[in-house]
Amino acid sequence: MFTLFRRVFFAVLLLSASHNLLANNADTQPSLAELSQQLISANYKEKAALAEQIALAEDDQAIVILQALLDSRLYYVKSNGQLLLVDSSGEPDSAQDAFTLQAVTGLGKRDIKKIGVNNSLRVALRSLISRAQISSKHKSQRMAAAQNLLKSSDDIDRAFIDQALARETDNSVAEVLHLVRALMQLKADQTEERIEGLSALDGALYPEVRAGLSEFIRSFSDEEKLSRKNEYQLAQTTLTDIEKLVSINGYIENLYFGLALGAVLLLAAIGLAITFGVMGVINMAHGEMIMLGAYTTYVVQLLMPEHIGLSLVVAVPAAFLVSGLVGVLIERSVIRHLYGRPLETLLATFGISLILQQAVRSIFSPLNREVATPDWMAGTFMINPALELTWNRLYIIIFSLMVLAVLALVLKRTLFGLQMRAVTMNRPMASSMGIKTGWVDALTFGLGSGIAGIAGVALSQLTNVGPNLGQAYIIDSFMVVVFGGVGNLWGTLVGAMTLGVANKIFEPLAGAVLAKIMVLVFIILFIQKRPRGLFALKGRAVDNG
Amino acid sequence: MTQTKQFGPLTRLLMNDAAGRKLLLVLVLMAVFIPLSNLLLPEGSFFHVSTYTMTLLGKYLCYALLAIAVDLIWGYCGILSLGHGAFFALGGYAMGMYLMRQIGDRGVYGNPELPDFMVFLNWTELPWYWLGFDQFWFAMLMVLLAPGILAFVFGALAFRSRVTGVYLSIITQALTYALLLAFFRNDMGFGGNNGLTDFKDILGYSLQSDNTRAVLFVASVLALILGYLISRFIVTSKLGRVLVAIRDSESRARFLGYRVEHYKLFVFVVSSMLAGVAGALYVPQVGIINPGEFAPINSIEIIIWVAVGGRGTLFGAVIGAMLVNYAKTYFTGAFAELWLFMLGGLFVLTTLYLPKGVVGLWAQLKEKYQQKKHQPEAEDNPPALNTETQSKAAPEQQDKLNFVQGEKV
Repeated sequence: MFTLFRRVFFAVLLLSASHNLLANNADTQPSLAELSQQLISANYKEKAALAEQIALAEDDQAIVILQALLDSRLYYVKSNGQLLLVDSSGEPDSAQDAFTLQAVTGLGKRDIKKIGVNNSLRVALRSLISRAQISSKHKSQRMAAAQNLLKSSDDIDRAFIDQALARETDNSVAEVLHLVRALMQLKADQTEERIEGLSALDGALYPEVRAGLSEFIRSFSDEEKLSRKNEYQLAQTTLTDIEKLVSINGYIENLYFGLALGAVLLLAAIGLAITFGVMGVINMAHGEMIMLGAYTTYVVQLLMPEHIGLSLVVAVPAAFLVSGLVGVLIERSVIRHLYGRPLETLLATFGISLILQQAVRSIFSPLNREVATPDWMAGTFMINPALELTWNRLYIIIFSLMVLAVLALVLKRTLFGLQMRAVTMNRPMASSMGIKTGWVDALTFGLGSGIAGIAGVALSQLTNVGPNLGQAYIIDSFMVVVFGGVGNLWGTLVGAMTLGVANKIFEPLAGAVLAKIMVLVFIILFIQKRPRGLFALKGRAVDNG
Repeated sequence: MTQTKQFGPLTRLLMNDAAGRKLLLVLVLMAVFIPLSNLLLPEGSFFHVSTYTMTLLGKYLCYALLAIAVDLIWGYCGILSLGHGAFFALGGYAMGMYLMRQIGDRGVYGNPELPDFMVFLNWTELPWYWLGFDQFWFAMLMVLLAPGILAFVFGALAFRSRVTGVYLSIITQALTYALLLAFFRNDMGFGGNNGLTDFKDILGYSLQSDNTRAVLFVASVLALILGYLISRFIVTSKLGRVLVAIRDSESRARFLGYRVEHYKLFVFVVSSMLAGVAGALYVPQVGIINPGEFAPINSIEIIIWVAVGGRGTLFGAVIGAMLVNYAKTYFTGAFAELWLFMLGGLFVLTTLYLPKGVVGLWAQLKEKYQQKKHQPEAEDNPPALNTETQSKAAPEQQDKLNFVQGEKV
């Protein structure tokens, strides 16, 4: 069936003598450089013709030149007519030779001139570029072109698509091209052709396909719904099938967002799991440790503005040190005197959190600070047309798991971890074995605070860095620790991920705020059932609360 | 003498409460003289109290009542609620809803039934939970019931499953945070972000007039006196002793056969209602109620009033609330930057050095002096192992105390 129609198309294609794309595809055409050179002196009409010829040159550089022309970035040197690519600022410093891409230096603003374009030329250029791209050697170029065609399938002819399809060797690009063709088939006059188009669209996730389909369904009048019943029903089932698939992808995306939120919560809560879980200290200033970490990132970036990517790598240990030292300081000066009095500790550390917030406000400013994101963290990667995942979230998930793993190793495999666990289990016994309990306390608290600082580095990439950064996370972090069970890193992991995913799953159902309220209410109810969290400690430690 | 007979129960309450008697005397004097001086004396007079000052004092009195409510549960029953601002705000919202209905058709949109923000949201009729709030008695009932029912449900769940200590503190904080988020929503029907404001009348009297302000001030004083007496009544009763027993050792009280959760629930609900009344008196004097009142930091600030004043004394809570709020008014006006440093410092210093608050300072100093004087005697009678005396112990000694306390349960 499908091949039959393709044949029909080829027949149509061969007959269409007026198709200049084929007609112009002669062997005797001037080189790309010659054609481009002519752009300098041509008027707009001539430019359009030249652009068409340039597009025929099966050369990637042709696309670069056309794109530059479209973006008004194609310049030439007045004295010798050398063609230049300049970046969007138009500064001559950024000039490159249009063919060799070598940097061209020593030009002033007056030495170069832009090759102008008007609106009709722009329209022509856009379609030329996608046509040129579709015959490019590189798969990514062809894919981009095919997706562009999908967006504007109205103003192209089917012969062109068929030609591209016949040439196409890559399956994924061909798939998109088939969709383009199917969308065009929907507008055909013959019923069979439309039905073929419909069946070709089955399961396609591109939003343009959905738009095309629903437009197609809307185009049925009431009589037509009866007279062309089969077609109408097929269109509708195709659309509902696609929408089902899209919503499944939506759930996957939500799950991903939820895991990312869970990772953020995990980062924020791990430190708390140590100070609250292991030491039994309620550190209300924990959020401010996160904030200090975020501000450390900001300061590190100020110190090395040239290397944004590297600055993040430097910021992680720096934030750990800054927050950790502040933590040790707090422990030695205040919390040390309050062990065994959890409510008083809570109040004192709350006071500290106020002081730290105000300090940051006085030193930096009450306004949010700008923290740059390196290129490798920006952008998305596409799984399918309905599912695009952002890189930064993926990095945060990986990073938080790494931090958790390192922490677990420290607790299980190092001398310090051993001493820490010993002090947690039985302080006087540990003390009589020669462990300096006071220092272990201070270092443990420093470790928890330091990890909060690392969380701050991660958060600086996701949200605004301001004096209230920490407060936004403190309640959530406590919820995670309480939900997961105190004194248990696995509990923290499970708690964070559960709460993160639950938040994001409720969100589309009830809206962001209501979702948050629902999660809070859920935890309040959950605590009734299991007052010690999911993974409760058993034995003597339980009674200390 | 006849008076003593007439106020029999009152004497019982205040017999061993010298500070309380003084406090009540001051309050009664305030209730009489401040409104009189505001209304009768000419503005230039030295003794004239401006309406601004009177309203400000009225606000402090509401805070003081709120502090008593917190002291009742924290100081006497060991329940550290970090969400008491929620009950205060609920009482305030109940009053605010009544005041909104009193505006009638004088709003910007002139709708006799619907408050302005509902007209703005294109609502056509009053939501069911707004019905009845045009009646003063109904609104006053709700001032008690709304916080009371929430406290009952929340407390019943929490205390029955033995959520105690910091866990309770954290979930109370989550409660008020959830309410904060909820009240920010426009579709909740409580004015969203802006809350309820632009009030005109209360019981037909203009809120702007000095007379109404004076009456509100007197009402605040009376509410505070009544709240103090109710709390005093509770803590001096047999029930109050059980509460203190629960505070000092919950498990022991339970093993002795007391239904700990019932006692806690009772005092929690009473406290929430007191907070609600405080909120209801606060709103007409301040002229606005918005979701900001639910912010967790507000609830924590109440704790610091009580801690500064001295927990477990009731009158200390009143003094603490007055002192801290006066300081807040002064510093946020004069040195806005410094206030948070001050407040933070207050938290740290009171918990470290003033476990009994300002009112305990005198006793603390006296005790220290006597300890120095009778050094050998002190060794025979080691200090009791309650939390208050711990901080005075030397660090090494304190470690030991922690150890003992950790093992005690």
